[in-house]
Amino acid sequence: MDWISRNLPYLMAGISVGGQYALIAIGYTMVYGILRLINFAHGDIFMVAGLLLVYSATVMPMYIAIPLMIVVTVIIGFTVERVAYKPLRSAPRMSIMISAIGVSYLLQNLALYVTGGLSQQYPAIPWISDTITIFGTTTKRVTVITPILTIILVVILVLLIKYTKIGMAMRAASRDFETSQLMGIKINSVVSMTFVIGTFLAAVGSLLFFTNYTGVTPTVGAMPGLKAFVAAVFGGIGSIPGAVIGAFIIGICENIMKGLGLTTFSDAFTFALLIIILIAKPTGLFGEKATDKV
Amino acid sequence: MKKRVLAFALTAAMVGTMLTGCGGSGNNNAASTGSSNDGAKVVKIGVYEPASGDNGAGGKQETLGMQYANSKTPTVEIGGEEYKVELEIVDNESSNDKGPSAASSLVGSNVSVVLGSYGSGVSIAASDVFKDAGIPAIGVTCTNPQVTEGNTHYFRICFLDPFQGTVLANFANENFSAKKAYILTKLGDDYSTGLGHYFKEAFVALGGEVVEETFQEGNSDFISYITSAKNAGADVFFAPVSTEAAALIIEQSAAQGLNIPLMAGDTWDSNVILNAASGKDVQIYVTTFYQEGGNTEFDNGIKDWINSDSTAKANNGGDDTIAAVTAMGYDAYYVALEALKAAGSTDPAAVNEALWKVTYTGVSGDIAFNETGDALRDVAYVKCANTETGAWDFVAVQGVK
Amino acid sequence: MSKTKKITWNVGLIAALLIILFILEQVLPSGSMLFTVLKKGAIYALVAVSMNLLNGFTGLFSLGQAGFMLLGAYTYAILTIPSASRASVYQYYNGGIINFALPVPIALIAGGLVAAIFAFLIGLPVLRLKSDYLAIATLGFAEIIRAVFQWDKLGPVTNGSNLLRSFPTFHSVLYPFIVSGICIALIVLLINSTYGRAFKAIRDDEIAAEAMGINLAHHKRLAFVISSFFAGVSGGLLAMYQTTIQASMFKSAMTYEILLIVVIGGIGSVTGSCISSFLFIACSEWWLRFLDNENLYIGSFHVPLLRPGFRKVVFAIVIMAMVLFYRQGIMGTREFSVEGCYNFFQKRFGKKSVKKAGDTHEQ
Repeated sequence: MDWISRNLPYLMAGISVGGQYALIAIGYTMVYGILRLINFAHGDIFMVAGLLLVYSATVMPMYIAIPLMIVVTVIIGFTVERVAYKPLRSAPRMSIMISAIGVSYLLQNLALYVTGGLSQQYPAIPWISDTITIFGTTTKRVTVITPILTIILVVILVLLIKYTKIGMAMRAASRDFETSQLMGIKINSVVSMTFVIGTFLAAVGSLLFFTNYTGVTPTVGAMPGLKAFVAAVFGGIGSIPGAVIGAFIIGICENIMKGLGLTTFSDAFTFALLIIILIAKPTGLFGEKATDKV
Repeated sequence: MKKRVLAFALTAAMVGTMLTGCGGSGNNNAASTGSSNDGAKVVKIGVYEPASGDNGAGGKQETLGMQYANSKTPTVEIGGEEYKVELEIVDNESSNDKGPSAASSLVGSNVSVVLGSYGSGVSIAASDVFKDAGIPAIGVTCTNPQVTEGNTHYFRICFLDPFQGTVLANFANENFSAKKAYILTKLGDDYSTGLGHYFKEAFVALGGEVVEETFQEGNSDFISYITSAKNAGADVFFAPVSTEAAALIIEQSAAQGLNIPLMAGDTWDSNVILNAASGKDVQIYVTTFYQEGGNTEFDNGIKDWINSDSTAKANNGGDDTIAAVTAMGYDAYYVALEALKAAGSTDPAAVNEALWKVTYTGVSGDIAFNETGDALRDVAYVKCANTETGAWDFVAVQGVK
Repeated sequence: MSKTKKITWNVGLIAALLIILFILEQVLPSGSMLFTVLKKGAIYALVAVSMNLLNGFTGLFSLGQAGFMLLGAYTYAILTIPSASRASVYQYYNGGIINFALPVPIALIAGGLVAAIFAFLIGLPVLRLKSDYLAIATLGFAEIIRAVFQWDKLGPVTNGSNLLRSFPTFHSVLYPFIVSGICIALIVLLINSTYGRAFKAIRDDEIAAEAMGINLAHHKRLAFVISSFFAGVSGGLLAMYQTTIQASMFKSAMTYEILLIVVIGGIGSVTGSCISSFLFIACSEWWLRFLDNENLYIGSFHVPLLRPGFRKVVFAIVIMAMVLFYRQGIMGTREFSVEGCYNFFQKRFGKKSVKKAGDTHEQ
């Protein structure tokens, strides 16, 4: 019992961080699956979602602020795709990636300008910010809610992709972008839908993340974004269950490293894990084997 | 062909701008004086402070002190002539690699003396830029010994980390009978690792035991660190970190039910900490340079000034609590004026020479420099955050035995 | 133009450039922002060209540049701090365990070699990965290197996460120009050799290149190691320029910056990378600084929106516009050459102002 109460906090922190990474990672993995684009701006969209709630919560009650934040974030995600990625659809892949880096740079600098570079205190959201006690460990309720909510959302998403028309279109587009266009799939709406879903989940992720870690700074999205991307690659990019499992593994490993006292390496370990898995299984845990045709 | 025209246009523009840029700065070569519109002579004081990044909040508060001082005393008499004092403010972004460029832009605008910075790393990083340009700098709250060590142009008006670390270790030992301390520092932050190191030395010398851990820049998850501190059975949690990380640590340690005192150095003396701690079950003790109430005239004056200016209020974190760094910034400005007066010239070299002998009684105490350019200070104030009133409670004046 | 005439022109231009720099340095105050931009620009030009060698000429998408610069910078700094200053630099580690100091050029080369050795080791496994996977693996490698160098157990060598300082630096703007110039010239020679042609063949089509008898693994590794060597040298130069270094400077954001420079200059153009690195540094450090000034008046009109941070927003928008509307970058895949320049002006304006445009012909 003593051992549990000593080590449970690490595990819980790991699972909850893992859940938050998972919600961000889905955005990466879906976009990559369809456009073959590492959307570097995704982590910054997550940060913008955090800032939106900080500012909206000061002028309106929480039950309006939260839906508003999610809607605005989704609109931003949609706009970014239309403005920065769509015109480059036929350009070399490097150009789109640079455009993504440019968007990330722009969002960070805008946030820097708006906040004046100071950390903003995230508002406490009633109920989920409350402190509870499990097995003699005190924590916030959000720690427990995160993995449950993540799994529910992922199940809904998987069902959506499996059984709806737009889901089928997405699968087709990720299998073969050009052919699916020839088959009459409206590729632009598929891509937009992907961004809408991705940013929606990132907005929910930001809600959970910042409730736990309450400071929002312009660069706060960079590390979680990078780690979520690593999680997506780890699980096999393009695979949603892969991204979720990868995210949980990374979240838990990271906190175990901290628990072992190897705090300097908690970030580095994530990347080491990634390199090892890529070498052993170049397409990630659940990735499909890609074949190059001459 | 079109692209080629563009390429040439850009390169030609670059050449052109470089040459005009040279022309502009070439004119007022050695003299740091110019004429403002109303004919009075101008002396420029550089303000090298962070306005963004980790230490942005603290840097802004420190700058406020200088701006307030400048609004109170906007002119200075140098060599029998009246000079208007202009503050040339740059943002070093709390970053050791962006700092030197910000410093060069100060050098480029011909300042006579530089004030700053909040944060030791950026001060050390820019030190050589000032040295090469022959401009003296007055460190306001950079407490790491390396800032002034081995050079003759960097001065400072605050106490040093070996002193501060010892004070904190003594305080932990005497007031909490602490036997074991958990030290959390940020990697790559000279202030943080330095103060952590000196605290550890002093604490171990008192017969204590320490557990040390570090976190990477950009980390916001402190739950595991707090758990480790609990599991180690620490009596105090010592975290000399920036206010940004501090707010997260306070929030998460309250949520995790960490029931040991949190201790830190001068960075935590900020209303960011008070806001984060307000209404939570945490005990926070900090050492600092100035205690609100130490000088009523200054307190009232600056509160009026902050309340009358919305930008200043926003920069102070939205209320009129006086941070110790603001008082230090205020004093630093007057030390610079004293040096200018004593030098009798706006020439940086003369100011540097004069600084060695400057003495000044500021709101934070007497200031005089020793042979390394450090202020002679032998007391620190210990304050405790009152989580109900959201203000600092004065605890003790602590020195080193 | 005949070949000898071309060479004479090139040599003449480089000499003219160096003389102009020398004169500027005598005339202008040393604090002028122009020198900051020129020094940093020359260093970034080198690392951008080294990244271009990989991304633009060999088609290997690597994002490990910051890591290799870190290796170069640390090696340089550790090997050159004078013994007398070691005690104060390594204040928490009893002066460290290295008690000698090497001359500057040797230490710079050593920095490049250390980066190259690490590149060789990491290249063995990761160069088998394809495009984006390679990018993310090298990015991860750079992050790992950064953490290792901050580890306090290595403190006696690396000074933990603390600043390294007191190593020899340069004062003249000519120094980084000459060093980067030599390095870039070496890279250009490599690109124009058989190896360079093999690299381009790999970029254009790996399978075809292999069928033509090019050893893929060998050539990829060679490009990776050479590129890392020069990234290491530029890291050493950066350390000299900054006068202090710290592992936390070499973040992935630094790699992104270099990548932006490469793309803006034109992927596959050496001179493009050089030009864009000077423009990029000048914009980010110098020309746009007035946008941060809250009290800017044009006549009596108070310009709105300006406050600290606005400069960066404008800069980011400029970059986005470049990326969206000038996809090919400034130079595309072309090179800036005396000949091209000569022909261009011959055609357009007769003979005037050939000299002036030539001034920016870096190295």
